[in-house]
Amino acid sequence: MTSQITLTHYVFLSAALFSLGLFAVLTRRNAILVLMGIELILNAANINFIAFSRFGGMNLDGQAAAIFVIILAAAEAAVALAIVLNIYQRFRTVNVDDINKLKE
Amino acid sequence: MELFDIIFWLFALITLGSAVVVVFSRNIIYSAFSLLFTFFGVAGVYVLLGADFIAVTQILVYVGGILVLLVFGVMLTNKVVDVDMKTGTLQVLPAAMVVALTAGTLCGIFYVTDWRLIPSENVLPTTAGALGEMMMTSYLLPFEVASIVLLVALVGAAMIARKERKQA
Repeated sequence: MTSQITLTHYVFLSAALFSLGLFAVLTRRNAILVLMGIELILNAANINFIAFSRFGGMNLDGQAAAIFVIILAAAEAAVALAIVLNIYQRFRTVNVDDINKLKE
Repeated sequence: MELFDIIFWLFALITLGSAVVVVFSRNIIYSAFSLLFTFFGVAGVYVLLGADFIAVTQILVYVGGILVLLVFGVMLTNKVVDVDMKTGTLQVLPAAMVVALTAGTLCGIFYVTDWRLIPSENVLPTTAGALGEMMMTSYLLPFEVASIVLLVALVGAAMIARKERKQA
């Protein structure tokens, strides 16, 4: 392959995406933005899986792992949004700082 | 610089640029919509890596499913009509330090490590068939477990979201 793009480029891209997602999770107060950060982190992990699958001799095991990550991300988003909607109906806010009671 | 490299940089730019908007935008609607471009950019990176099936799955599941769910969440939890949808941030400085530390560690590891690469000139023309075969042979048990997890999670999500509304 004459292309200049190597594995390192992909893993650095994924590291940058992971860091952005982590920053969103740590700083945003809106629960839905925290979820968006988690999606960014999962995408970063998937880029790593597929990059290593590509540069490890086109081994499809990494792609299979990426499929499972996507499945679990879908399940996680559905459950988390159901919980967030419930929290909003009870507390009238989705600010993660204000949600500090397990029970009213 | 060849065309492949230019396309890689283009997709990397789209992905990271829109991810920056997701993270730093004050308006949650802007964040939700730039997440769309992030997912498309990541799908493009998957195509460059020869993972065509994953790229299509990414668009179907993330853009068609998760993003729609997130936008629904935004619409249902913010008073769209009367309140501005701005969201605050907190503890930016400590978080920035933690993130810088993590990113530095990751990049350091990625830079220093000498990965064992197996060069493969022949990218498979399509991966869907081989992946499907793997799902039915070596990954059969995880595949079935994942399907049960997905079923239980979605039924549970429907239950959680519905029960409370009846009480209210």
